[in-house]
Amino acid sequence: MHTKTLTELKAGLQAKDFSARELTEHFLARIEHHDGTLNSFVTVTADQALAQADAADQAIAAGDHRLLTGLPIAHKDIFCTEGVRTSCGSRMLDNFIAPYTATVVEKMADQGAIMLGKTNMDEFAMGSSNETSFYGPVRNPWDTERVPGGSSGGAAASLAARLTPGATGTDTGGSIRQPAALNGVTGLKPTYGRVSRWGMIAFASSLDQAGPLGLSAADCALMLTAMAGHDSKDSTCVDEPVGDYLGGINQDIAGLRIGVPEEFFPENLDGAIADNARDALRELEKQGAKLIKLSLPSVTLSVPAYYVIAPAEASSNLARFDGVRFGYRCDDPVDLEDLYKRSRSEGFGAEVKRRILVGTYALSAGYYDAYYKRAQQVRRLIRDDFARAFKDVDVIIGPTSPETAFKLGAKADDPVNMYMADVFTIAVNLAGLPALSMPSGLINGLPAGVQVIGNYFQEGRILNVAHRYQMATDWHQTIPGGFA
Amino acid sequence: MSQSSMNGGWETVIGLEVHVQLATESKIFSASSTRTGDEPNRNASLIDLGMPGTLPVVNREAIRHAIRFGLAVGAEIGRRSVFERKNYFYPDLPKGYQTTQLAEPIVGPGVVDIELAPKGNEGGQGEKKSVRIHHAHLEEDAGKSLHEDFHGMTGIDLNRAGTPLIEIVSEPDMSNSEEAVAFARKLHSIVTSLGICDGDMSQGNMRFDVNISVRRPGQPLGIRTETKNLNSFRFMEKAIALEVARQIDVLEDGGEIVQETRLYNADTHTARSMRTKEDANDYRYFPCPDLLPVLVSEEEIAALKDALPELPDVRKARFINDYQLSGYDADLLSGSVATARYFETATAASGDAKLTANWVMGELTARLNAEDLGIEHSPVSAAQLGQLIQRLQDGTLSSKIAKQVFEACWNGEGDPDRIIEAKGLKQMNDSGELEKIVDQVIANNPAQVEDYRGSDDAKRKKKIGFFVGQIMKATQGKANPQQVNQLLQQKLQ
Repeated sequence: MHTKTLTELKAGLQAKDFSARELTEHFLARIEHHDGTLNSFVTVTADQALAQADAADQAIAAGDHRLLTGLPIAHKDIFCTEGVRTSCGSRMLDNFIAPYTATVVEKMADQGAIMLGKTNMDEFAMGSSNETSFYGPVRNPWDTERVPGGSSGGAAASLAARLTPGATGTDTGGSIRQPAALNGVTGLKPTYGRVSRWGMIAFASSLDQAGPLGLSAADCALMLTAMAGHDSKDSTCVDEPVGDYLGGINQDIAGLRIGVPEEFFPENLDGAIADNARDALRELEKQGAKLIKLSLPSVTLSVPAYYVIAPAEASSNLARFDGVRFGYRCDDPVDLEDLYKRSRSEGFGAEVKRRILVGTYALSAGYYDAYYKRAQQVRRLIRDDFARAFKDVDVIIGPTSPETAFKLGAKADDPVNMYMADVFTIAVNLAGLPALSMPSGLINGLPAGVQVIGNYFQEGRILNVAHRYQMATDWHQTIPGGFA
Repeated sequence: MSQSSMNGGWETVIGLEVHVQLATESKIFSASSTRTGDEPNRNASLIDLGMPGTLPVVNREAIRHAIRFGLAVGAEIGRRSVFERKNYFYPDLPKGYQTTQLAEPIVGPGVVDIELAPKGNEGGQGEKKSVRIHHAHLEEDAGKSLHEDFHGMTGIDLNRAGTPLIEIVSEPDMSNSEEAVAFARKLHSIVTSLGICDGDMSQGNMRFDVNISVRRPGQPLGIRTETKNLNSFRFMEKAIALEVARQIDVLEDGGEIVQETRLYNADTHTARSMRTKEDANDYRYFPCPDLLPVLVSEEEIAALKDALPELPDVRKARFINDYQLSGYDADLLSGSVATARYFETATAASGDAKLTANWVMGELTARLNAEDLGIEHSPVSAAQLGQLIQRLQDGTLSSKIAKQVFEACWNGEGDPDRIIEAKGLKQMNDSGELEKIVDQVIANNPAQVEDYRGSDDAKRKKKIGFFVGQIMKATQGKANPQQVNQLLQQKLQ
């Protein structure tokens, strides 16, 4: 059962080939068996999952089939789940039982989804390797000595290992797409504002966006249909009708104009990564798509701009973790100052502290114009670059990540090198565009991914392109050894 | 520059920052009630608590209230305004930042006209002046730290956290405490007339921060201090006088003013430094990424403008015109909605605006002030005062007895007519009965009668007072003084 996609499992449930309880028990057993090695879950909610499964079986018996009825899903531990610990990968929230449920989780539950548990992640979503988690690193099922990427590393690894058939993630600078690429799964970051941020613990509010990770583009389309939509609780959530992502997924792509930016194939790019992406482009060309070379000059500035804006917002967003109302509080504070200093020093890990310091500095009097304001100007230039490009092309494609999964600890002491892991994904967040990463082959036995970027609210189009690619290839069906 | 602002050759410069709590049902970024007086944290939702993952959604009524204020002071309304985060740590600031506006506020520059109390030689017209508004912005209030009852610890009550405020910032256009208080009163009058604030200063629903500096005439502006959180006009006046005197003392002793925030203690009439510029926070303002810029359409502004209630200046003009009041009297009576409403209701009942104005500004205000009551809580209702004045006018009461009736009415003994009836306070207007008493007094005091008759007109005017007094005593004050005078003059001829 675990090798099947959500789409196939949905058909199986409807045909009563197996029950939701059987399905859920199967995945819980797999988690039990494999996750000691992978560490992809922070919390497994077995009892709750089985109760939801029984409810789903009753619904199926009564003929009540919703989008996700009876399908197990793993939620990133950044989404608040009422009554269940919501840690955000941090010691700061190790004791935090959320008093309410995030809109994304609620909407999927309303469509009948079953929550298997909460997946591991970089602390407060800050990281590209899942090594900053308070709960320890997640291991890549393709090579357990390697990282799964981050920050949605638990989501991507659990999916690749078939411990769950579907997962949610969040993407601030590549946190869905980069781990999807490094684990050989499909991950979609929707347009900023497509999915509600209510109940999703903020890292950088103007960049954060939730999205699905699945075994196929079709599965992502299914999950996105349930996740997307206007939410009056999030002022930045856009009131735009949700597309028919599944209905249009199999459209012919003959005549599709694919932009290929030279900036995504820089001279110093690993040749195997470049070749892999070019192979994927050739496959789409075979189906009638046209490749158009273009340039996005400002995209080369996206990493420095991002590492000003994201930490600046984070420094403010994380101020609420002060030991006063919830989360970690130091022992025996002597006064208010001591309570603040020790609660935050002991509750946050090194990478989170680094970004709070960077962000605080960037917003300080005398530096604001030189850093924050300038970074916002760069952000506008990047947006303008994409806007210009989308006048001539329908999608833009390039490699998702400049490398395949690297060894645990390889970059732990080199933050700037770590930040470069997101060099191709960050510009998309700065522009607020939707983008998907799909598996495009193996390099030395490790998955590589290709990123498909669309114009605003063109999720349907990029899912269609990915689906057509997946109809002609089987990289998305390749399972890491030992997890088949 | 008026004479009063000069102080031993020093000139005072004052600017105000006024926090006005907006009278909305719910908070500025959450659906929690803004009600006060509930048990701590009852009105603190997930958003007000700053729970991880929660997001603000702006309360459109707070936006409308701010626009109403802007329209009332003739200000340009920001078609696009932006909320920013002001970052600092404090236990009653749940998110670690206050959501406020800085670079793009909702209300731009405007003007407030004030009129000062008339001096003796101004014939009832006070000096007029315009105070410029620099801008007004929307923001959320913080919670409260409670230091009692927690055994050396501090309790946090977040009921107030997220209550909408507008902060009104004036230009430094005032040159003495009188002008500052007149400006503060005028703002109070404007926001209460608009119905955007209940104006209850004792609850901190309107709070004043006063920026003060002094300089020699012609010199550049001096270094200023800010005295915070003054919540009564009287304290404001006192605090300004104290700070101006302190600054002049420092400068005349050759010292320098330190830019600082000061706290005034009304009980001891002293002030102390809270913090100086050196230990000020770097607030690291930046646009709040959780909120979109607030956009206001021309249609919305036009609709709000059309629906504005009567503003104090219009009401004042109407009072001068309809009731023939002096400018200053009209200012006092039209200033607060409650006073204006009281005056107009009482006048409708009494039929005499001038007399009603005198009673409201005199007897009633003195009594309210003595008991520290707002006019809306007056034990004597407007209808009752109107009835009392009517009885005064129709000769039922002498003004002396009227004060007794007012007192009884204040003490809850019922309507004036009932009190007059029950206590038999009706003025003696029956000339037959009065005549008997006058005759009796004349008969009983032959020496004084002799003395009176032997005096010239000027002395008679004084001496008649003795007989009036005797008659009033005999009638327990109920005699109509005009009738008494008339009868006495006839009979003593």
